Amino acid sequence: MKRNLFKIGLTTLLMVGAFMLAGCGGGGGEDTIKIGFNIPLTGDIPKVGEASKYAAEMLKEDVNSQGGLEVGGKKYKLEFVYEDNESKAESAVNAALKLIEQDQVVAIIGPNSSKQAVPAGGTCNDNRVPMISPWSTNPDTTKDRPWVFRAAFLDPFQGPVAVNFATKQFDAKTAAVLFDISNDYSKGLAEIFQSEWEKKHGSGTVVAFESHGTKDQDFSAQLTKIIAAKPDFIFVPDNYNQVALIIKQAHDLGWKGPFMGSDAWGSAELMTLCGDDCKGQFFSTHYAAAGAKGDTKVFIDRYSKKYGYTPDDVAALTWDATRLVLQAIQESGSYDSDVRKERQAIRDALGGIKEFAGVTGNMKFDAQGDPIKCAVVVRIDDQGQFVFAESVCP
Amino acid sequence: MEALFQNIINALQWGSFYALIALGYTLVYGVLLLINFAHGDIFMVGAYIAFGVSVFVLGVQGLNLPGWAVLALGVPLTMILTAGVGVTLERIAYRPLRRKGAHRLYVVITALMCGLILENGNLALLGASRKKFPELMEKTVWTLGNVSVTNLKVLVIFAAFAVFGILNFIVTRTRIGMAMRAISYDKFAIPLMGIPVDNIIVFTFVLGSGFAGLAGMLFAMSYPILEPYMGALIGWKAFIAAVVGGIGDIRGAFVGGFLLGFIEILVVAFFPSTLRDLIAFSILLVILWMKPTGLFGVARHQKI
Amino acid sequence: MRKYSLNIAFAVGCLLIVAGAQAGLFNLYVQSVILFMGINIILSSSLNLVNGNMGEFSCGHAAFMCVGAYVSSIVTVLLFAQNKILGAPLLPPDLAPFFFPIAIIVGGVVAALVGILVAVPSFKTRGDYLAIITIAVNYMVISGIENLDIVGGPRGFMGMKQVVYAMSDVVDIPWMMIWTLLGTAFTLWILRRYISSTYGKGVNAICQDEIAAEIMSVNTNKIKLVTFMLSSGLAGIAGGLFAHVIGYVNPQSFNILKSTECLVMVYLGGMGSLSGSVLSAVLFTLMLEALRPLQIIKWVIIPLILVLLMQFRPEGIMGNKELSDVFPKLRRYFTFK
Repeated sequence: MKRNLFKIGLTTLLMVGAFMLAGCGGGGGEDTIKIGFNIPLTGDIPKVGEASKYAAEMLKEDVNSQGGLEVGGKKYKLEFVYEDNESKAESAVNAALKLIEQDQVVAIIGPNSSKQAVPAGGTCNDNRVPMISPWSTNPDTTKDRPWVFRAAFLDPFQGPVAVNFATKQFDAKTAAVLFDISNDYSKGLAEIFQSEWEKKHGSGTVVAFESHGTKDQDFSAQLTKIIAAKPDFIFVPDNYNQVALIIKQAHDLGWKGPFMGSDAWGSAELMTLCGDDCKGQFFSTHYAAAGAKGDTKVFIDRYSKKYGYTPDDVAALTWDATRLVLQAIQESGSYDSDVRKERQAIRDALGGIKEFAGVTGNMKFDAQGDPIKCAVVVRIDDQGQFVFAESVCP
Repeated sequence: MEALFQNIINALQWGSFYALIALGYTLVYGVLLLINFAHGDIFMVGAYIAFGVSVFVLGVQGLNLPGWAVLALGVPLTMILTAGVGVTLERIAYRPLRRKGAHRLYVVITALMCGLILENGNLALLGASRKKFPELMEKTVWTLGNVSVTNLKVLVIFAAFAVFGILNFIVTRTRIGMAMRAISYDKFAIPLMGIPVDNIIVFTFVLGSGFAGLAGMLFAMSYPILEPYMGALIGWKAFIAAVVGGIGDIRGAFVGGFLLGFIEILVVAFFPSTLRDLIAFSILLVILWMKPTGLFGVARHQKI
Repeated sequence: MRKYSLNIAFAVGCLLIVAGAQAGLFNLYVQSVILFMGINIILSSSLNLVNGNMGEFSCGHAAFMCVGAYVSSIVTVLLFAQNKILGAPLLPPDLAPFFFPIAIIVGGVVAALVGILVAVPSFKTRGDYLAIITIAVNYMVISGIENLDIVGGPRGFMGMKQVVYAMSDVVDIPWMMIWTLLGTAFTLWILRRYISSTYGKGVNAICQDEIAAEIMSVNTNKIKLVTFMLSSGLAGIAGGLFAHVIGYVNPQSFNILKSTECLVMVYLGGMGSLSGSVLSAVLFTLMLEALRPLQIIKWVIIPLILVLLMQFRPEGIMGNKELSDVFPKLRRYFTFK
């Protein structure tokens, strides 16, 4: 009996498997515009995926509550499809293909980190689907890929901003760098910073160049080494959760000098996690939340009201990336029910956007699909607000 | 020279955490020969329980006790609750498998899966926002020359030694400890001697998970940022520490934990830190190559 | 007839899949799921050789996959693609279809050589101590590649898509599908031959009792060396295919999580059962894709399913049996050698 049961079970398993492969599928309705989101809801950086999803949901409610997006005199409802890429490269490729083939989306937002954005960008480019990565900073994501765009500025622009600002602000001659070796964003920025700094101040002026792993929680050895080298300040191009630990531990080890950070610091959580230790530090980012004006302020206020925390840069960049797609659909003038033609139209419109006023600043795309936009340097004031200090434009 | 002293203190603190978690691995392994891969995640749950206890029960949003009282009451409460989690896992996941006489490695895979459930269940329940652990102690930094120590570091190191002392006493000097060692020696003869095997195993899980809870609380105080995946990497590394020390041996886990802490910190101190994992793990590989059963492990001689 | 029936059925199945892909019967998403299925089959069945048949506990299988992926990618990119580090292609793109399998095999061979790192300590070390060595090798490989700036370090390495395009320019058929199916068939064939050979009996003898095996004049060291190298070499082939399917590799794609996925597939299928590992790889891949709509809950549900499965079948889906042991009537139709 038991044996038979097992056989039956095994056979059903196989059949269920076959069905799963055959099943799935479906297309959109007539009057909806489908946009896919390839975001990390689980895995290493679930917070990034969550912020992206929240920003997109907010935008969708906005547009749909007004009856939909008006394209060529007709209103279309938006439908957003969220796919979890688990922060894995292969899963990001599968998610992109699923969005393209099964869900028949017209454009894809994401993936956020370069580890997934580079392979998924290749997939989207091959299949002729416009894709905008909100957060990826790896040049390879968009390089020689006409269908792939990004909303964040690149490291080669951000590195010199940090170098020039620190030289002026701290009157610094020497610098130390602490970065995440497994995170290509962090490593890339650290290397660009090092070469720019040494170009400006002479070789050997980056007195310590130390790294740690992605999930590390203890940085005491690296910081001891850095503090022993006595730099004028420490450059930390790292994610905000690690920044909070790094700064606390540095203070425990007796470091009293300043820190300088990069756009990955720009999260509301930084202050809840870091508290008093982070006050007075500087970082370069896409926008200054405190003292923001116009659309940016409206976005920040609404997001904080809806979800209970100030949006971080991923949320703002996803908002911008999604709005770019919507603007491109509107600029193309009409919405084609043939998905392939519509994708082509969106891609052409995206490439031709002259000026886009986003919450992270005004931008337009260069030939590679990278944005041309300004960076700001902000200071964390005593209330924990990110206050505007300087703006640098390319 | 001062940097070296500083690094020794850093390594003592970091090694303490490895040692505390590795002790939990080794306790369970010593009795059941089971690699409890969920242990790192029990540690994570312990940190979250400590967070819940010290914020919502005793702290600002609960009874609003002062910091020292939260600490004094929070430690036992966290340990009891975390022990509950460990025992629950044992009852619902491991014990049925053991009863069915499943191969040891299937229980290991079950443990791995339970760890994933804890991690992602936490993510799904509490959301992706990281939690900030409140400061329960007034932080004091003592500086001597360029060497600085905080009172928290001293507490952590002290706790690791104390836990080692307690566990070593329980395992080597008490009747229940004798029973624990006996089960790992021969699990078929032991029930015949009138030893309640299941109770002893539950006790082992209570001990292991309880101290994981303590480690979670101390960790949350030292590195006050909680996230669902915080236990995964440190859990793997503590497992490595336990094995290098000689798994199943309390002294081995303790020494192995500190050894791994020292290797990681000193490699960073003397080599380029980008090569840390490469060098640290090469050293471990060489140690295991020279001593194939770990530092304290005894090769089990097979009768032919 | 019985002797060839399975091979023929397999070949016809593969041909149907390739033809279907060529004719556009399956869309690209389904194709990519099939590709990953094939890669997972290679991974799980090759790990099954060490963990199931030999009874060791290797938890660092992704390390060999990583080595295979990088080596074969570097070879193909060096030969056929314009690359900013390695310069212009060395060979005309027309040759790509001929050199591609060679590159994949080179990747496998280098991965097998790295396997020696694990195999040599295994002469003295067993069980959980060996498990640590495999984990350590996994960390070392990742850390090593992250420090190799010439292959991009943590930025990853790309350019493999150009090689795939070069192949499609010669003849426009779904090349990666063909290579993956061939790789899967090759793996299953070689593993089956190996297990049923004299060496394979030695492998099983080591699993049962190493000392007794030694007394029975089994050269355990030699068998361990060969088995580890075979297993890691096949993982290297899986890595090479993986790299060319995705077109981009990154050291963190091969971390300990990937290794645990391989472990799960082996134990889900049943230790020592080749058909079990194939079945579990197929089911696992399908499950990963089918449960996508659950988003965050997915990674709670999948381990839960596996835990429940372990409660009801504590020996994995197939135990240590093969498909033909469960359905004895199938033997009438094929023999699998």
